[in-house]
Amino acid sequence: MTAETVIAVEGLVKRFSAFTAVDGVSFTVGRGEVVGYLGPNGCGKTTTIRILLGLLRPTAGSASVLGFDVQRDAERIRPNVGYMSQRFALYEELTVAENLAFYAGLYGRERHDVAERVGVADRLDMRAGALSGGWRQRLALGIALVHNPPLLFLDEPTSGVDPEARRAFWDIIYDLAAEGTTVFVSTHYMDEAEHCHRLGIMNAGRLLALDAPHVLKATRVAGPAWDVSAEPLLPLLEALGRVEGVANVSLLGDHAHAVTNVGTHDAASLRAALAGVGFGDVVVREAEVTLEDVFTALAGRRV
Amino acid sequence: MTVIAATAPLIEADGLYKSFGDTAAVRGVSLTVRPGEAYGLVGADGAGKTTLMRLLVGALRMDAGHARIDGHDVVTDTERARSRLGYLAQRFSMYGDLTVAENVRFFGASRGVSGDELARRSAYLLQFVGLAGVEDRLAGVLSGGMKQKLGLACALLHQPHVVLLDEPTGGLDPLTRQDFWQLIIRLLADGVAVLVSTPYMDEAVRCTRLGFLHEGTVLREGAPRELTEPLDGRILELVAAPRRTVQAVVRADPDVEDVAAFGERYHVRVRAAAGPLERLPRALAAAGASFTALRTIAPALEDAFIALLAEGRSDRRHGIEL
Repeated sequence: MTAETVIAVEGLVKRFSAFTAVDGVSFTVGRGEVVGYLGPNGCGKTTTIRILLGLLRPTAGSASVLGFDVQRDAERIRPNVGYMSQRFALYEELTVAENLAFYAGLYGRERHDVAERVGVADRLDMRAGALSGGWRQRLALGIALVHNPPLLFLDEPTSGVDPEARRAFWDIIYDLAAEGTTVFVSTHYMDEAEHCHRLGIMNAGRLLALDAPHVLKATRVAGPAWDVSAEPLLPLLEALGRVEGVANVSLLGDHAHAVTNVGTHDAASLRAALAGVGFGDVVVREAEVTLEDVFTALAGRRV
Repeated sequence: MTVIAATAPLIEADGLYKSFGDTAAVRGVSLTVRPGEAYGLVGADGAGKTTLMRLLVGALRMDAGHARIDGHDVVTDTERARSRLGYLAQRFSMYGDLTVAENVRFFGASRGVSGDELARRSAYLLQFVGLAGVEDRLAGVLSGGMKQKLGLACALLHQPHVVLLDEPTGGLDPLTRQDFWQLIIRLLADGVAVLVSTPYMDEAVRCTRLGFLHEGTVLREGAPRELTEPLDGRILELVAAPRRTVQAVVRADPDVEDVAAFGERYHVRVRAAAGPLERLPRALAAAGASFTALRTIAPALEDAFIALLAEGRSDRRHGIEL
């Protein structure tokens, strides 16, 4: 993207007594990038962010944010960073304008354009408590932006809002990024992860891959994906799993979703393989590879 | 597990309304879930999912409408309705300083399951959910996925025909979520009816039937494929830059209904694909944008939900009551 590095992490390790929360993670984030961290709760996402904010000391390795070392210069990082958590605190009894003014005052700055930027300018006199989910999220983003930070951390920013509000939220994020704000997003939902320019896949403290979502789908999964319908479903899953060339099988509603190794199958050969083990009425359609396929391929089946 | 032979609906909601003060949380919801179906209630926080579940378990009294669980009215026959259903709330409350086995025994007792039957059910269910071998571990130290599985085991102790799961896999990794859904499918195979709520499309797509819940009403319901079918051939994936120019050019095309950015890719919803497929590359080049690729992709549930919300708005503009 750009040459200017905003976050640089090298060999980062964080242990809490016997538990390794972050296990040798290295990556860089350039100015104006939207980079995501996708992984389940407890995979090390929040620990990494707390280290980057200078709130936790790493056990080993180094990290710098906006050119400041997280151990030596933590005090200089925090005034330059915005943070929006999934459980953000709004003053419910205060209006939108009062919430923004309160936080702006806290930082000793005035930011009149923030309301405009996050699209709450026509709701300034509404009580925060009366806003619906999507608008609350915008206000929370506005609050994270009052001090005009060059770096923004978002923790599951659009959890629980409808998909339309989610898309509108991301448009604001892309505008910020286009103007040079760097955005670091952590999430455990594929719906959110799809929106990042680059996405890191985290599991058990390790960064398994970091690339654009479409590149991850093209390079980290064995081959094409198929939606396979036949009855009964559970035996179908087992039978598909035993078919030569099938790399992974999962369940999607009333059908199975299978990833096959490159060059091993087309729809007809999958149907034939299933017919061979007694499934007569099989419908096979080529499907899009999903980020879940990527996660499964990288994290693997545990015993 | 007992196999349920009935084919009559196991969950029936008919015209349910519920308000809190002047906030209408559920506004006329009717739905039916049959044996072997996993019905997904999909909607944002505040759409009415949890209120609807609480009406169905009899924890809240509806202002209007009726609900029956396995044929028993949840208001006039609450105890019998409750005896037929298992409920896993969003925040499953278990006793962190009791072991897995002790939690199961405790829940069993509260559900009237005891003695040999409890021992048998408990052993079966801990095996079923994959917690055999960790019976003596404190529940408080279990991973998120194990806690949810323990919650499910507890909800199944009294062999319910109906299982209500309120956002059951929040925060779980995809592999654990996959495991959890395998359990749900096995329940379906036994004829159980399952109602699952979720704000996430990647979860919703696992259900056999879905209702899109918005502001307390079901906008539309159907199998995932039925819901996305009207959009077959109408979602294009575009790779181009820069964003402002791309969105302006795409929105100006007469056949384009909506465009959404996903990183450096765009999902474009069109009335018909032929025109935009031909016009957009040229229009983007003429506007000075860099064009990389444009293709038709399979519609996702998110596309379907957004198209429905847009339809609703345009209906309201034209004075049609939803």
